Amino acid sequence: MLPDKLRSIFRRENGAVSPVGAGPRYASPPAGVSARKILKKDGSTIRQSRGLEQFFFDIRDVVGLSVLDLAGANQDNIDFLIDLGHKVYTQDLVRSIDEAFGRDLAEQANASRIEYFLKQNFDYPKDTFDGVMLWDSLQFMSPALLSATVDRLYDVMRPKSYLLAFFSASERVVEVPSYAFRIVDNKTIHLTERGTRPTGQVFNNRNLEKLFSKFSSVKFFLTRENLREIIVRR
Amino acid sequence: MSSVPHRMPEPESRSTATIGKAVRVVGQIFTKEDLYVDGDVEGTIESHENKVTIGPNGRVQASIRARDVIILGQVQGNVETSDKVDIRKDAKLVGDITTSRISIEDGALFKGSIDIKKPEPKPAASAVAPPAQARSGEAAAVATGAARN
Repeated sequence: MLPDKLRSIFRRENGAVSPVGAGPRYASPPAGVSARKILKKDGSTIRQSRGLEQFFFDIRDVVGLSVLDLAGANQDNIDFLIDLGHKVYTQDLVRSIDEAFGRDLAEQANASRIEYFLKQNFDYPKDTFDGVMLWDSLQFMSPALLSATVDRLYDVMRPKSYLLAFFSASERVVEVPSYAFRIVDNKTIHLTERGTRPTGQVFNNRNLEKLFSKFSSVKFFLTRENLREIIVRR
Repeated sequence: MSSVPHRMPEPESRSTATIGKAVRVVGQIFTKEDLYVDGDVEGTIESHENKVTIGPNGRVQASIRARDVIILGQVQGNVETSDKVDIRKDAKLVGDITTSRISIEDGALFKGSIDIKKPEPKPAASAVAPPAQARSGEAAAVATGAARN
């Protein structure tokens, strides 16, 4: 395992770290974290996303895919995915978490509520999706709910499909902004903050690799906003 | 030209059936004119050549098939249109959509899938498929240029 200092240098220079042990399975996109970020008058942000770019790179050249967008239905995301020729499934997963568990993270350990949550939000046949865009929703789940959700995602995603997720890179549990995510283009997102909420746990490369251990690979991108963007291949 | 409120479509005085907010219907609704639903409906709603509007007080647990559907209230059920689905702010739709076009305002809640089916172009009157490429039984219909619409 690389010493932490060397890993942080490697991460800063390349912007992407293939986790040790997973092995690089794909050619990495061009290195470098984009410095382009636009702050709008309404406080929202437009920035480039390496994770999003990789996600659309991975599903390129194919139409008619089934893509699950968990940002909440919005015209921009729907139009973008439909224009690519895909069938879109959409819902607001963060809102669903609040509806099922309230804001108390301790409630997320309730097994029957977890089952209810999964039934309400992931009641799809096996191997339904070619792509899943979770955005930042998973980081607001406590370990029990998170583990159950990832297991269910594994079931409803097709082999060789891709998942996009964002996690705070903070080394402790903190309140972080929750965003509404809109796709501007294949590598640019428009973020509008919709309050703050605590993360469910600390996320680092190691525990994310463990979380997605059933999947075939995990690719990390670290942003200037101290966010881990990950692409997971089923 | 007088301005007509766009965001809260009222039933047109001409050729629009209305289910008021005090009305509850359980069953199948078939209509050959536009329909404005501001009450409760449970079952199915079909208006193939027309528009169905679910008003802000509308609570529909039904599948809806129409030319256009505008939703300002709540719908639980699948929606299928030949032209457009329009989900307005404060509306809620849980169900799958099959349509040619979709519009969803910020603030609307939608949970389900969207399948875009562009309408098939009507065959040109002069175009006739070569008999060799048509299966038996279809050749006669193609040769006469018969069209359903």
